[in-house]
Amino acid sequence: MIQLINVSKDYPTKAGPRRVLNNINLTIRPGEKVGILGQNGAGKSTLIRLISGAEPPTLGRIERNMSVSWPLAFSGGFHGALTGADNVRFICRIYGVDFEPRFEFVKEFSELGIYINEPVINYSSGMRARLAFAISMTIDFDCYLIDEVLAVGDSRFRERCKIELFEKRASKAKLIVSHSHRYLKGTCDRFLLFRDGRIEEHEDFDEVYFQYKAMLGEAFESKEQMVAEMN
Amino acid sequence: MLSSDTPSRTGRLLRSSSWEINRRVISALLIRELLTRYGRNNIGFLWLFVEPAAFIIAVTIVWTKIRGVHITDIPIVEFALTGYSSLLLWRNGPSRCIGAVKSNRALLFHRQVTVFDIFTARILLEIFSISAVLMMLTIALWALDWLTLPEDVLQVIGGWFLTAWFAAGLAMIVGGLAEKAEVVGRLWPPFSYLLMAVSGVAFTVNALPPGARDIILWIPMINALEYLREGWFGSVMHAHYDIQYLVIVNVISTLVGVILVRQIGTGNASEE
Repeated sequence: MIQLINVSKDYPTKAGPRRVLNNINLTIRPGEKVGILGQNGAGKSTLIRLISGAEPPTLGRIERNMSVSWPLAFSGGFHGALTGADNVRFICRIYGVDFEPRFEFVKEFSELGIYINEPVINYSSGMRARLAFAISMTIDFDCYLIDEVLAVGDSRFRERCKIELFEKRASKAKLIVSHSHRYLKGTCDRFLLFRDGRIEEHEDFDEVYFQYKAMLGEAFESKEQMVAEMN
Repeated sequence: MLSSDTPSRTGRLLRSSSWEINRRVISALLIRELLTRYGRNNIGFLWLFVEPAAFIIAVTIVWTKIRGVHITDIPIVEFALTGYSSLLLWRNGPSRCIGAVKSNRALLFHRQVTVFDIFTARILLEIFSISAVLMMLTIALWALDWLTLPEDVLQVIGGWFLTAWFAAGLAMIVGGLAEKAEVVGRLWPPFSYLLMAVSGVAFTVNALPPGARDIILWIPMINALEYLREGWFGSVMHAHYDIQYLVIVNVISTLVGVILVRQIGTGNASEE
């Protein structure tokens, strides 16, 4: 279980601290799939970073009884001079796991071929995305944090990511940030909508997506009309 | 394919002792820094040695020309080698820590990687590489019959260790302050040149008038260099140093450095 208790997060700006998250309480139980919606800059990625432990909250505390992944959007940490293999090795070292079996998996999934031993600076953005996703699948976590990761790559890549995440790791908890209804609807049990530094919990996707669209100023006349247009 | 490992494995490792995590992360960062800094192309890791070696050899040649007539009995090659390699330690350590967080920020997404680890890896790599350079050059120049080996190797190692320790503390302070105020990072290079003038790289304390000796010994690293040179030259050298003072400075600067490094935040809103 992951619990956020009265969590707030401030970031310094020239005009003084800006509160991005305001007194958030949230519980994520094992195996739960949570979809996250909100405008740009609403604090979605901040929440993901706090849960991952990459940053501490300004106020409140976060309790983790599950192992939590790093934010999967993160296509980086790749140094241009390092090869794909170097980057796999680095991740294996800092997580203390064996390199060989994981390297086999990364080679197969990323389909980089001989490029796996080339510096990352020579990769296309699609190659980087495949490598990043493959590396993040090498470590077994109880909970995966997915920040728009499937927005990149072609449809075949997205399909393969989906199989890895939602079929092979169906029992794992997931937090998914996405703007895409195709992606959230049907995959998540619960939804969080960000509004003014706070989060609203929703059970029903159509309801949360209707409100989200209204927030963006792209409101539908009715929920029925929205559902019809989505299909 | 990954099923050969039990699923609980990662969780257990992430919960293992913090010392074990630190050790693992720092060694991984060390290898990463080594690869990114020196790369695999050309003569690769040899750059580690070529860069400082070129400096030391150039300085030795210039000084041999300028000071053709020796005023002291201290041999110039050893004098330049000890002075310049000490300088490299306390000058490059801080330089490498300025901006270290910026170039590694993406790695902080991994919970177990801390700013402290990033600093430690950079400082250790610098100390390792300059120590290796000193050793290799000593052996090479000795083989060429350019220099004589230290009279007291243990004392030389002791002096080197004290310099490295001082460099580590200074590196964390300068690197930590540079994260708070960019101006510190910009001022360090010119400031280090000023320090170089009074650090004993180009003189021995005994060559100064007696009144100036007590003042110059307030500069911490000159104490370590005098101690090191005494170990190297033995009876030829009349050294002046206060090791107790240096150790106190090292302890305090290490503590201050660690506190400053721990204060560095791991992110900011610009990543949003």
